[in-house]
Amino acid sequence: MAELPTDGNGARVLLVEDEAPIRRFLQSTLASRGYVVAEARTLAEARLSVTARPPEVLLLDLGLPDGCGIDLVREVRGWSPLPIVVLSARGQEQDKVAALDAGADDYLTKPFGVPELLARLRVALRHAARGETGDVRSAWSWRDERDQALRLDAALHRCWRRVAGNETEVRLTPTEFRLLHCLARHHGKVLTHTHLLREVWGPQHDGDVAYLRVYMGQLRQKLEPEPARPRWLLTEPGVGYRMEVAEDG
Amino acid sequence: MESREPERPDPDQLLARVQLEDEKLRRGRLTIHLGACPGVGKTFTMLAAARRLLAQGKDVVVGIVETHGRSETDALLRGLEILPRRTVEYRGTTLTEFDLDAALARHPAILLVDELAHTNAPGSRFEKRWQDVRTLLDAQIDVHTTLNVQHVESLNDVVARITGIQVRETVPDAVLDEADEVEVVDLAPDTLLERLRAGKVYLPEAARAAAQSFFKQGNLAALRELALRKTAQLVDQRRREDRRIGGTRRVRSTSERLLVCVGPSPFSARLVRAAHRMAAVVRGELFAVHVASPTSRRLGTADQERLLQNLRIAESLGARVASIEGVDAAQAIIAFATSHDISRIVVGKTGRGRLHELLYGSFTMDVIRQSRDIDVYVIHGDAEGDGVPRAEVVTAPNQGQAWRGAVSGHLTAVLCTLVTVAVAWLLYEPPDLSTEALVLILGVVVAALLYGRWPAVVSALLSAMAFNFLLVEPRFSFAIGEPAYLLAFGVMLVVGLSLSSLVAAVRERADAAREREAEVTTLHSLARELVDAQTVEEIGRITAAHLRDVVRADIAVFVTAPGEPIDVAGLVAVHGGTDWLGHSELAVAQWCRDHGAPAGLGTNNLPGTNALFLPLRSQRGKEGVLGVRPHGDARAPSAKQRLLMDTFAEQAAAACERLGQAEERLRVRQEAATERLRSTLLASVSHDLRTPLATITGSASSLLDRGAQLDEATRTELLTGIATEAQRLNELIANLVFATRLEAGEIALHRQWTSLEEVIGSALHRARDALHHHVVTVDVAPALPLLQADPVLLEQAVFLLADNAARHTPAGTHVLVRAFVQGEELCLEVLDDGPGIPADGRARIFQRFERGKHSSGMGLGLAICAAILKSHGGVATLLPAMGHGAGFQLRLPLPTKPPPQPPDEGLLDDHG
Repeated sequence: MAELPTDGNGARVLLVEDEAPIRRFLQSTLASRGYVVAEARTLAEARLSVTARPPEVLLLDLGLPDGCGIDLVREVRGWSPLPIVVLSARGQEQDKVAALDAGADDYLTKPFGVPELLARLRVALRHAARGETGDVRSAWSWRDERDQALRLDAALHRCWRRVAGNETEVRLTPTEFRLLHCLARHHGKVLTHTHLLREVWGPQHDGDVAYLRVYMGQLRQKLEPEPARPRWLLTEPGVGYRMEVAEDG
Repeated sequence: MESREPERPDPDQLLARVQLEDEKLRRGRLTIHLGACPGVGKTFTMLAAARRLLAQGKDVVVGIVETHGRSETDALLRGLEILPRRTVEYRGTTLTEFDLDAALARHPAILLVDELAHTNAPGSRFEKRWQDVRTLLDAQIDVHTTLNVQHVESLNDVVARITGIQVRETVPDAVLDEADEVEVVDLAPDTLLERLRAGKVYLPEAARAAAQSFFKQGNLAALRELALRKTAQLVDQRRREDRRIGGTRRVRSTSERLLVCVGPSPFSARLVRAAHRMAAVVRGELFAVHVASPTSRRLGTADQERLLQNLRIAESLGARVASIEGVDAAQAIIAFATSHDISRIVVGKTGRGRLHELLYGSFTMDVIRQSRDIDVYVIHGDAEGDGVPRAEVVTAPNQGQAWRGAVSGHLTAVLCTLVTVAVAWLLYEPPDLSTEALVLILGVVVAALLYGRWPAVVSALLSAMAFNFLLVEPRFSFAIGEPAYLLAFGVMLVVGLSLSSLVAAVRERADAAREREAEVTTLHSLARELVDAQTVEEIGRITAAHLRDVVRADIAVFVTAPGEPIDVAGLVAVHGGTDWLGHSELAVAQWCRDHGAPAGLGTNNLPGTNALFLPLRSQRGKEGVLGVRPHGDARAPSAKQRLLMDTFAEQAAAACERLGQAEERLRVRQEAATERLRSTLLASVSHDLRTPLATITGSASSLLDRGAQLDEATRTELLTGIATEAQRLNELIANLVFATRLEAGEIALHRQWTSLEEVIGSALHRARDALHHHVVTVDVAPALPLLQADPVLLEQAVFLLADNAARHTPAGTHVLVRAFVQGEELCLEVLDDGPGIPADGRARIFQRFERGKHSSGMGLGLAICAAILKSHGGVATLLPAMGHGAGFQLRLPLPTKPPPQPPDEGLLDDHG
């Protein structure tokens, strides 16, 4: 599943953004990384473009002159699993959650750096290829630049971590395992509280964010070298969690 | 009172006059043709004047004129447009009435409406024609009307005394005062009598007999004088008003206050009118006060009705009505007078005898004795009643139950007596019968103590008879042999009667005290709860809830902004549903709000509906309407209930006003704060934004200009500068926006269970670039409890502290972030071993923002941090300087109840 980090492989991106300078900057940046960019300035234009020639990924600004981008997310989700990354400002966490719950795959907070943008697009395209259930492999292993590593075998329900060249097995509870497995299947992608609660505890546990906090804390204690400065299990304040990893093949 | 200093027109009075004039300009003009009695030719004069106006081209229309078949009057009507009348079916007869709605629709310039004092047929919009006329005036229609002097409210009883005929249809004096023109239609008594004899005066059949005594030379002369005097008084009043405004005479600024005592007696009405005349003469303010004493609590329905009527008369005469509680009426009156700065008290004189006075005391004498520096005016009255209600006592409100209670009381008393008689029979031991007599008296006493007056009387009679019949010689005969036994018989009766009335009085007093207590408690708790009310909905709910204790009714409270129509949308509280609020009820409520006067059931305004509406009036104006629809047979509330309701309405209105003022103050304060904030922001923004912008612009332009000539290192340096400064600009703007929104209250707290460890993690993750060259250590105590907090805001606060540390310390500085529980609080500290904070900057470090004197963008950051903590009920502080470095502490209260705990579970099995 290795992709070249700088290569868009000619993937078509539909960029929906009303601000001309941002459009210009994204257009040139993405084009230089091998993406083919189509532009839309309004919801109406975007709607036309999406139906007429569906892109491989949709980069969508939430605040548009003729409406809210969330509506488009909902419409597109009605007929296509095409990956959607929304752009929004800080302090609009409610909007982000709404967009994600409506079916968006990820978000970027303005202003953002180019590496972040490319990482999100990469993850979004990868997950699109995998579909709804995410990564269906039975085993993962991740390693960072400081040679800290994490290994998960879903079939065996076992997990190992490596710190300072020392690999030890980590014993998890069933819930901890389900939570980690869920994050792993969607690694790189943000998952909202609602999404995690439903997937791990079932649909009736919509509101118990406290459970989630407790189990994330326990997981970090067991897996992270420094639980208060997590390496693997990142928090997206007010939105959810993300397993941030560079894959080790 | 002459004064030498130059007199200036009183500005307040000028203003009042201007407002009055404005009001008058907006209203139609009212012309009243005032006559001494029927037959002087008022209608004729009015029609003649109308014809003149018509000849001048004015739009004159006849609303209603009774010609009573007189040909002269009929002739005058010819050629005038006459509005068709409204027909009303009432008890099988068809009446024709003035059609107010048709008149309003036709909207002529001048409308003739005969007989101002007329009472409309039931089911009309208003009870009285003068109310129709007021509506017409409000609609800017000029009205010409006629009125006999005997119908003037304040002269009503004077006329009655002169002529011996009590007139029921009266017009409030205020209507006369409002008239722009009052024209006396005068006819010499001789001429009038001539006309009468010639059959030119119309009189209804029923009045024929009375007319004999009415139309007498003496009567007519007296009435004529009254009419002329009233007109003169009106003219004089107007002249005085003019003089006041002209500034030619100094006028006392405080008017005198008079108090008149009102009770249920018919005489009270006369007393009120007399007091009103007296108040008019001294141009004083009149208070009509009713003392609710233990006996008045048990007034019969008729008396209650009369009391209400008397209070209504007082109200219509412009008096301020009050009901006070007191066992000693005189004392209560004097206390009220003293507290209200009253200089004259008007009471009635009774025709009761000296014995009555000796036995019961005299209210009038008591008032005089206690009055000190208050003048007391005693008005002669020919009936009982002296302003204090003394009326027949009705046993209890619930007739059926009371009756059953009385029957069982009597039966038990009889049984009790029979027992004592039996005992006395057993003890029978002649010739001395004192023991037997005492036993029998015991029975009477028990009956008196337990069952009240009438059972005691029954018991006394029964005992006395048994004593006589069974025990006294000759036995088994009612004949009394010895006078001593006659005495014993008498004693039994007297003991029974006096004990029972004593007990009854004590009981009444206790009942009254209890009821008063309940009332005071209700009012007290209403007032107390209203003080805490934060919204009009709460005010409505509290008022309705307490009103429910007073009257069994559906209750609706409307609070609306001025000018907004009253409709269901304006409802702030309801008790018992809104079904009864139909179109017509809402119209009555609207009228009540617009006119600031009670309307509906039991009032004189629009009485045709089953609900009573009281205006919520405050100093500020009309706040809304309180609607009450009594349950059951829709009887109007009693006088007492009405007074309580009025108090409720007053309290609710005052609470609305207070709320409005508080909101207004808050708004002004917020605006001022926002304004201050804006100016501070502008000042700092211009500086703080320009610095990074200058760097970016400069770097970018040199790159554009000669990017090719620059070497790689310089280009990288310039580009790095642009990136860094742009990042700084971004954070600055973010902080600005955030601070503004926070200050404006636009940021709502989304509290949820939040882990402080996660908050620290994501804040440090976000600040990783700024802290790249610092040595960061994190020390979070194990198993920190979760917080109820907004994770986004909290993350921002921690980020700002971390960012602050990064900015203000050199590279290589150690930064320690730690979190722990201390007492009932969660503490988070960010400490560094950098250069520290200069002593003079420490005190205001979180307030830089307010002061607007910061030299770099960070000034906002700490202020935001402090504001976020404050909004969470926590606090941000600067730790005391210890050697080197700086330390900030955030303290947050632990949640009052712990988060839901996920169930415990075991570890997964080794082999899956």
